[in-house]
Amino acid sequence: MKAVLTVVGKDSVGILAKVSAGCAEFNVNIMEVSQSVLSDMFCMIMICDISSLKGDFGTFADEMKALGQNMGMSIHVMHEDIFNSMHNI
Amino acid sequence: MYNTHDILETIKMIEEEHLDIRTVTMGISLLDCIDNDIDKACEKVYRKITTSAADLIPVCEKIEKKYGIPIINKRISVTPIAMLASACQTSNIVKFALTLERAAKTLGVNFIGGYSALVGKGFAAGDYALIESIPEALSITDHVCSSVNIGSTKAGINMDAVKMMGKIVRQTAELTADRNCIGAAKLVVFCNAPEDNPFMAGAFHGVGEPDCVINVGVSGPGVVRAALEKAGDMDLTGVADLVKRTAFKITRVGQLVAKEASIQLGVPFGIVDLSLAPTPAVGDSVAHILEEMGLEQCGACGTTAALALLNDAVKKGGVMASSHVGGLSGAFIPVTEDAGMIDAARAGTLTIEKLEAMTAVCSVGLDMINIPGDTPAEVISAIIADEAAIGLINSKTTAVRVIPAIGKKVGDELEFGGLLGSGPVMKVNTASPLKFISRGGRIPAPIQSLKN
Repeated sequence: MKAVLTVVGKDSVGILAKVSAGCAEFNVNIMEVSQSVLSDMFCMIMICDISSLKGDFGTFADEMKALGQNMGMSIHVMHEDIFNSMHNI
Repeated sequence: MYNTHDILETIKMIEEEHLDIRTVTMGISLLDCIDNDIDKACEKVYRKITTSAADLIPVCEKIEKKYGIPIINKRISVTPIAMLASACQTSNIVKFALTLERAAKTLGVNFIGGYSALVGKGFAAGDYALIESIPEALSITDHVCSSVNIGSTKAGINMDAVKMMGKIVRQTAELTADRNCIGAAKLVVFCNAPEDNPFMAGAFHGVGEPDCVINVGVSGPGVVRAALEKAGDMDLTGVADLVKRTAFKITRVGQLVAKEASIQLGVPFGIVDLSLAPTPAVGDSVAHILEEMGLEQCGACGTTAALALLNDAVKKGGVMASSHVGGLSGAFIPVTEDAGMIDAARAGTLTIEKLEAMTAVCSVGLDMINIPGDTPAEVISAIIADEAAIGLINSKTTAVRVIPAIGKKVGDELEFGGLLGSGPVMKVNTASPLKFISRGGRIPAPIQSLKN
């Protein structure tokens, strides 16, 4: 089971570190990272393995969203199925 | 494997373009609650609903979190209550409405539909009593929705019921005149009513349905409008293709949520309703899609053609995205619930006559239209008859949900709040149809109904 985690906002020091630490707390393994910085705007997409997730998915999504708010960024965690459904026949 | 563009597009649709699941509606059969003692019947109804739907809200909330997509409404539809009322030896039918209200409050659902009667060909036991109790039932409850089916392509139009419903719509508005006549906003009169519709106020659980079922209604006018805006100039073939592609994506989310809800609740998946349902929020309007196609304002000449293209493309895109499509499936044009329609009605560009023409090519009918408070009952009946005739001849669902704005005249406003929105009182042609409506009887089923 995989989740897609996206981080969008103004670039600053330590984004990757804070987000990965957040994932580690929930025992979420980061499998792939793609990131780009376009004129100060930071955009990162992580594919995470949530099969051994500690706690429930909703709590993980809420905690990551709150972490994003603290950093002044927008963080979304969504189950991979929504992207598979929408973009593949 | 994952395309960054696809991921960001999905998030943008949800965050900025109001993509959401409009409703997850659980249909519950109450046929096993029939009892000739109304108090016993009500107790069985309450128990059946609160047991069957006990997990509806928590499961929907879990799905919202999992996929990051809002589910705006959680609703329940039940067997038409007239069928239960037929067994009861009492005239105090509103006890059923109070029971539905109590169940809705216990569960925390947004609406409960099915305070309904199906009288397309005539009245059975219980139908008269139920219809006569509608004004009181809708004035003493907040969550209960009512619908009456007065005709079908197979049966023709029951003009006695049409005559009766003109009066009932007026009385319902009068009894809630102190609350912006909101009762009438919870009452729909149908021709060819679908039995698996998840949308209110017309949802009920048909007799051919399973004991319990999950139906899902998607939304997404904002997503379609944004896609058209981004695409810029293209011919109408290109517009239709783009709407199809977008409708496919929207419907796939509905299918995903419906399947997940069905598994988690242990209830069979019924249908996904492909309707583009607007809300009064800016950026979530069907009228704005038509305007994006190139009309100065919704209601201008060309509106019916643009809506026909939109409605057809939504179905073509959606039908491949879902394993079972049903309900109303088309574009909704509820005036007070659509920011673009409200503006067009205020400006006088959108009239009831134009809306009637639009209903010949889209999913429902004259929906959420405020009419002057002094509109006579027979004029309301005649509006219902006209709309039913469009459904009858075109083998499609049509409906009337008009709100007589008691004490108000053309240009005044009614404010319902929430998804029901607000809007101006629109002009109605009041030349008298009294003699036509008073004749009663049945308009025969049209020749196109004889397909066997």
